[in-house]
Amino acid sequence: MTNSSPRDLFPGALEMMILESLRRQPAHGYALVQQIQQRSNNLLQVEEGSLYPALQRLLKAKLVKASWGVSSTNRRVRTYQITASGLHHLEQQISSFERMFAGITLVLNPGNSPAS
Amino acid sequence: MNWIPGIFRRGKLYSDLAEEMRLHIEERVEQLKSEGLSAEEAQRQARIRFGNRTVVEERSREVWQWPTLESVWADVRFALRGLRKSPGFTIAAVLTLALAIGANAVVFGVLNALILRPLNVPQAVSLFVIQHGSGVGSHSYPDYLDLRQRNRSFDDVAVFAISQSGLDTGNDPSNVWEYETSGNYFDVLRIQPYIGRFFHASDEHGPNSAPYVVLSYAYWHTHFQDDRTVVGRAVKLNRHPFTILGVAPSGFQGTVLFFASDVFVPIVNHEQLSGDKTMLDARRTRWIFEMVGRLKPGVTPAQATADLNSVNSYLKKSYPKDESNDPYTLARPGLHGDYLNGPTRAFLTGLMLLSGLILLAACANLGSLFAARAADRSREVALRLALGSSRNRILRQLFTESVLLSLAGGVAGLVASILLLRRLSVWQPFPRFPLHVPVSPDANVYLVALVLALASGVLFGIVPVRQILRANPYEIVKAGSTSAFGRRITVRDALLVVQIAICAVLVTSSMVAVRGLMRSMQSNLGFEPRNSMLVDTDLTTAGYTGERVPAMQRRMIDAMQAIPGVDSVGSVNYPPLEPPGTWQGTVYADTTTDLSPTNAAADPNMFNISPDYFRASGTSLLAGRAFTWHDDANAPRVAVVNREFASKILGSVPDAIGRYFKLRDGTRVQVVGLVEDGKYANLTESQKPAMFFPLLQSPASWTWLVVRSSRDPQELAAAMRSVLRDIDPVMVLEIRPWNTELGGALFPSRMATVSLGVLGMMGAMLSITGIFGMAAYSVSKRLRELGIRVALGARRGELLQAALGRAFRLLAIGSTAGLLLGILASRVLAHIVYQATPRDPLVLAGVVMAMALLGLVATWIPARRALSVNPMVLLREE
Repeated sequence: MTNSSPRDLFPGALEMMILESLRRQPAHGYALVQQIQQRSNNLLQVEEGSLYPALQRLLKAKLVKASWGVSSTNRRVRTYQITASGLHHLEQQISSFERMFAGITLVLNPGNSPAS
Repeated sequence: MNWIPGIFRRGKLYSDLAEEMRLHIEERVEQLKSEGLSAEEAQRQARIRFGNRTVVEERSREVWQWPTLESVWADVRFALRGLRKSPGFTIAAVLTLALAIGANAVVFGVLNALILRPLNVPQAVSLFVIQHGSGVGSHSYPDYLDLRQRNRSFDDVAVFAISQSGLDTGNDPSNVWEYETSGNYFDVLRIQPYIGRFFHASDEHGPNSAPYVVLSYAYWHTHFQDDRTVVGRAVKLNRHPFTILGVAPSGFQGTVLFFASDVFVPIVNHEQLSGDKTMLDARRTRWIFEMVGRLKPGVTPAQATADLNSVNSYLKKSYPKDESNDPYTLARPGLHGDYLNGPTRAFLTGLMLLSGLILLAACANLGSLFAARAADRSREVALRLALGSSRNRILRQLFTESVLLSLAGGVAGLVASILLLRRLSVWQPFPRFPLHVPVSPDANVYLVALVLALASGVLFGIVPVRQILRANPYEIVKAGSTSAFGRRITVRDALLVVQIAICAVLVTSSMVAVRGLMRSMQSNLGFEPRNSMLVDTDLTTAGYTGERVPAMQRRMIDAMQAIPGVDSVGSVNYPPLEPPGTWQGTVYADTTTDLSPTNAAADPNMFNISPDYFRASGTSLLAGRAFTWHDDANAPRVAVVNREFASKILGSVPDAIGRYFKLRDGTRVQVVGLVEDGKYANLTESQKPAMFFPLLQSPASWTWLVVRSSRDPQELAAAMRSVLRDIDPVMVLEIRPWNTELGGALFPSRMATVSLGVLGMMGAMLSITGIFGMAAYSVSKRLRELGIRVALGARRGELLQAALGRAFRLLAIGSTAGLLLGILASRVLAHIVYQATPRDPLVLAGVVMAMALLGLVATWIPARRALSVNPMVLLREE
């Protein structure tokens, strides 16, 4: 069925990537999709729509805020910006994720480096 | 909890989201076009990459929602919209459920009030009714005193008898029903007075030593207008001075739920209340209505029973002539021990089972209606599945619909049952007696109704589940619903036949009952109630005793006789067919010398009458003579008997006149007259012996005057009242036509007719929804086939045959089976309803008509739908 979502990566992964992108610069939904794909060297194929539930969750948790504006390409867009509590949340997430990831890597493959 | 403002911002959030997503796709399209795709292809690619936009949007919205509640609310709104679109279905479903759940709530309400709910007294668990034998009243006062003193199992034991007195508060004497209680009654029940005080065992100092009266709350409320100064006031009971001590708390019912007495009086004053000196000492006279004991802590009922019976064997040894062989037993209070508890429990359990079955059948029917509806909507469901709705969501939606319906039905049923129970609580079936059924509903009833409603909603909602889980959206959207309507006999068919059969049984029975009731109005009762009036007086309550009683009776009879237009006047101590029953006396054959209870010849009905009673009551004298005023205390004892008495006790009808029989005290009585048989205690009784004694030889203070006259009853009643008021201005009088008074005797048959009628209605309702559901399902499943038949030239008759043949066959099978069963069941009915016979062409025709009508009503809408099939429209849809 069509219901599989990037949340299947693992809970919070998509949110984390969105927050990381937004930390670098505010962006609208479409741009976020592009950025995440590019930065992952197209390894992560995000079904574009799936972004929006995640964005709503972040909005609700006040980790990002949104405002309507005009993009550099002169389109009407809704731009998301990371908030102070978003930054804080992101840092926590990344550190805990790195610890977890290091752990998993050690268990699975003690010799190799994670990204290869 | 920031969801409250959230609800108001919701609209903006959603429109932002939708807009944002639209712009996203637009941007993607632009991008793809710039990469060289055609406009059309770019659109397609963009949408594929975005995914299911509806699902995304829904999920994004869910973030903001109070999740389940709001989607449930959406389901509810959707279900309401759907139900509004098919009002016929909705009304049928709600009505069926209201009936079924209402019936359950009513029966449970009664069950709860009479059996499940503990008695409204403190520590009711340790209270037991002490029974001796299985009759209504089974104790004598001396027995009580002995039991109370000698038992070792009870903290204390109380008794009460029921009687009626004239209560004179100064200006307006009226009849009151009283509990004559032992002094410790309130203490045994552990009741505190509402105001004033109660009497206690310490107030009793021998006969007539405690002239105190305690008012029931209801009587105080209605007759003293809640006047708190009544405590200490002097009143007269049967013209003896009594003092009002206090008022019992509101809701205090004693230990007999269905009887509400007006006042409580110490039983030691029985002589003042009844004029009978001997009762308190008579060991043989078992007139105490109920004995109630409070068990000592730690004593089991079995130990107490054994203890009582050891006292009993002592009593039997000491008074061998007076004591019977019946053992003592204990029973729960509330319904007069086992006397009513057993039958009531059995009856209510049966009813509960029956109403449970009705509810189940209703659920099954609604289930098939639901299946039909789901089949009609299979395309909608398929589309929703194809558009990405999950099956869970669809099922939840269906369940929402069914639970919504069942709740609506449950609420309607509950409201109706509450009204009915309230009516039932204040209903007094016999106006002369303070009998009632205290069944006001409580929280338990509401809870049960609610649970039943929810359960039945889930139950019939489940029926179409398989249908939906198996649905293959692709197939359905492509080809419409294709599954063939099976030919095999399903459980549902069988169930439907059973329902129809039950309905036919009920219809048959209620028609039989109605016909029986009509006939019993015209049957030979052994007297002629038409053109006669009854005057109910009680000379004892009016304060007459001893010699003054017969003198007064004679005076009243003479005064009545003098009223112009009056044909004849008689008196009787208690008229036949007057509830609760007749007086009976034990008689022995003339040859019997040992007059112990076991040698008795019979317990015939006994009437004490004035000379002209037979003429006034329209009872025909077959042989011998009626009484005269010369058959008095100085003349030899004489009696008039009925044919049954003559043949059963005297051994011969033609030679009955002049024979003798014996009473319990050994008195020989000569039979001087023979009258026709009649009905005495109830209409369905088999022929019973009866004997009539002259008033002057066998005095009774109860006096019913029977006045025969063809004058207008109203006018006559007024004339009678004024004449009697001239004789005694303060005597309590009730004057009614005998026909009206007979209402009580017809009560069982009326009740049977009404309840069968109600059940028959329910049965009919169930059968209609059952057949309707099945026919509707069949038609909607085969709509395409029917269309093809029409296209191929089928006529209307053939079309109906194809669409509804099965429904009609089931109806015919069920009705026939039901009719036969109904005829068998009517034999049982003959015990309740006089002259109920199913071998009555009118009944048979009526049943057939009713069932046919039912079938017609049930299949009307599906038939119309089948006939209006338009092949062109249908085939084009494919």
